[in-house]
Amino acid sequence: MSPESAAFVTGVCEALDNDPTRLLDILLEVEAQFGHVGGEVMDLIAETLKVPRVQVEGVVSFYAFLHSEPRGKVVIRLCNDVIDRLRGADRVAEALEDELGIHFGETTPDGLFSLEHASCIGMTDQSPAALVNDVVVPSLGSSKARRGIQVLKEKGDFDELQKLLIRDHGDGNNAHPLVRSAVRNNLRQPGAVIFGPKTKPGAALERALAMSPAEVIRELKTARLRGRGGAGFPTGMKWEFTRAAGGDERYLICNADEGEPGTFKDRVILTERPDLVFEGMTVGGYALGARQGILYLRGEYAYLRPLLEHVLEERRASGLLGHDIQGKPGFDFDIRIQMGAGAYICGEETALISSMEGKRGDPKTRPPFPAQEGYLGKPTSVNNVETLCCVARILEMGSGWFSSMGTPASTGTKLLSISGDCSRHGIYEVPFGITLREVLEMCFADEPFAVQIGGPSGQMVGMEAFDRKICFDDLATGGALMILGAGRNVVEIAAEQLRFFVHESCGYCTPCRVGNVLLLERLEQILAGNGEAADLDYLEQLARSVKTTSRCGLGQSSPRPVLSTLENFREEYEKLLIEPVDGQLASFDINTALGPAKALTGRDSVHFEQQGGER
Amino acid sequence: MAKAKVATTSLCGCFGCHMSLLDIDERILELIELVDFDRSPINDFKEIQGPVDIGLIEGGCANEENVKVLQEFRRHCKVLISVGDCAINGGIPAMRNMVPLAECYEEAFLKGPTVVNPSGKVPDDEEIPLLLDKVYPAHEVVKMDYHLPGCPPSADTLWAALTALLTGKPVDLPYELVKYD
Repeated sequence: MSPESAAFVTGVCEALDNDPTRLLDILLEVEAQFGHVGGEVMDLIAETLKVPRVQVEGVVSFYAFLHSEPRGKVVIRLCNDVIDRLRGADRVAEALEDELGIHFGETTPDGLFSLEHASCIGMTDQSPAALVNDVVVPSLGSSKARRGIQVLKEKGDFDELQKLLIRDHGDGNNAHPLVRSAVRNNLRQPGAVIFGPKTKPGAALERALAMSPAEVIRELKTARLRGRGGAGFPTGMKWEFTRAAGGDERYLICNADEGEPGTFKDRVILTERPDLVFEGMTVGGYALGARQGILYLRGEYAYLRPLLEHVLEERRASGLLGHDIQGKPGFDFDIRIQMGAGAYICGEETALISSMEGKRGDPKTRPPFPAQEGYLGKPTSVNNVETLCCVARILEMGSGWFSSMGTPASTGTKLLSISGDCSRHGIYEVPFGITLREVLEMCFADEPFAVQIGGPSGQMVGMEAFDRKICFDDLATGGALMILGAGRNVVEIAAEQLRFFVHESCGYCTPCRVGNVLLLERLEQILAGNGEAADLDYLEQLARSVKTTSRCGLGQSSPRPVLSTLENFREEYEKLLIEPVDGQLASFDINTALGPAKALTGRDSVHFEQQGGER
Repeated sequence: MAKAKVATTSLCGCFGCHMSLLDIDERILELIELVDFDRSPINDFKEIQGPVDIGLIEGGCANEENVKVLQEFRRHCKVLISVGDCAINGGIPAMRNMVPLAECYEEAFLKGPTVVNPSGKVPDDEEIPLLLDKVYPAHEVVKMDYHLPGCPPSADTLWAALTALLTGKPVDLPYELVKYD
């Protein structure tokens, strides 16, 4: 390592006060500078922060956006979630491999390109999509991919590529000078709450500051606001617990690590309504008695960061953040943005907190809940982006206005991220209580056969569920709706979703680390035409074990693709099953098993002919 | 009423499970009242004679002959039981699953420190069964009905399971018989 590089690394550490809890930020900055975090750099960081070297390496190895080995100057991360693959991501992958002469996970010998897969980058409404370095490339076809590589090879210029890939900017703030992205909002149906008419920044805050913090919380309870991330915990209650936890230091975290494949609503909120998010956070700061709010932004949305920082600056300038906010003596609150680094599990609130503390994004054991011991051991409330927007609106418009929408137990509106086999993908803001059928008509889903509600950790339902309602008491969802048309193989899709969980499992507990692999193996056996009826019982039993015995929400929901398809689409499995002959397993192939020994001994089997069966 | 038929075999096992069966000691006299043995190392029958009620499988499948015997047991046995850790998990023989097959053959027939093999070739004699690419537990080759874990399962475990099956009672093994630490 050159003295300049060493100085850069120690400089980055020093700028963050050599604070080990900021390790993730330090590593991200170092990775941005050098393209990877090498061994010597890890040594130096460990020494500077006075932490064990293994802690640094543990963090580097955990996150998809951090690497210990050098990679190409241009890193192409192709999204390979279910929807992207249904819409041709595999053809794009082939084109890229062919054009570059390397496989995924490799770097070209000239050190120019690396190919990687990304789990879901929040662009399923404009898939296939890829991240080229930090630049989002939506709607990427195979010919566009080929052309892009050719241009870059000829000109060797990343800016040229960017020009080619991003011919025109998306709508709304996607064209903002600080964003300049080709991403489109696809905001198909604005509703009254989140995408209602824009109001003056500070309007909600003004009303909140006229009340006591307890009154603000009571207002949320009256509005019966429930968390929008999926679990639906009452927000007022969460804030009350956090406020009651004692101590004088508390934190409010906005969870913008939306990683559930098929979800992209937070992307659009952060693009079009950043003020509303920060307004909600500031109200939260007041209600909780917190001085610091943190927005945890997923690494895939890094392109939105300049805009968000700009909005924060504006709010500081107009006295909506900082000291004595809006003239309220003693109300100090500010917000910083914490970047994530590509780990689905960090969307789970305790893993998110671990990640913010500079550790691997491992979930923590609950209790204690974050409301008692959260970020840095202090009482912390973690809220979804959409929830915080609702908070701002409730304060601004009143709890009666809010609870007049939706159903009695699920008030207000919900943002749905709709993708898959329909002609109008995008964001729909609908009142809770809407039926699935109405939603499917709204987005012009011609021949819907199945709908994956709430992403892979949600459930797959069929036609018999189309008259059910979207709300917390019926079809609960964080907002992802993936529509599968006639002719889609739900078993294959369940396997695909399981692959996602196998990849994203943190590996801490055995049921999740091992159980999901076993589930996937058996599914693949069935898909290969070697399954029998007993395998369905096996899948069901094992899936239940994984669900009941896993340590965190990821493992507890990871078998749901299997369980919900077995429940709702059992006949699709049964179609693939075969009758065993003489109790022999079709998955065991004697010819494959004997192949190597035949080659090594140069003779045939005494007992088995080539075609199988006994001689 | 005719006595129940029991057949047993050791595939890729060490016969330890069969030794454990002999450890039922004088209860073997009671067992003989309940069953007749079909193919088993106990009577040295080499082939299965006819329909069998209970088959006991020791050991996993390491070679073609093991597969042949196991499939034959499955065809003739109403109830087939994996007895011991090798049948259930592959056991000690499955440690070779981490080593490429070519290296296994090399060590056994060419390069091992005690090998004398002037031909310098891996033997192709049909008396030496072909090895499978890896050692398989019994239930990855045929459907197994029960699994009796242990290395070996104790005589009491085997006795309790067998007598329950033979007298039509549920196989409900107490904790002491299936705990190993």
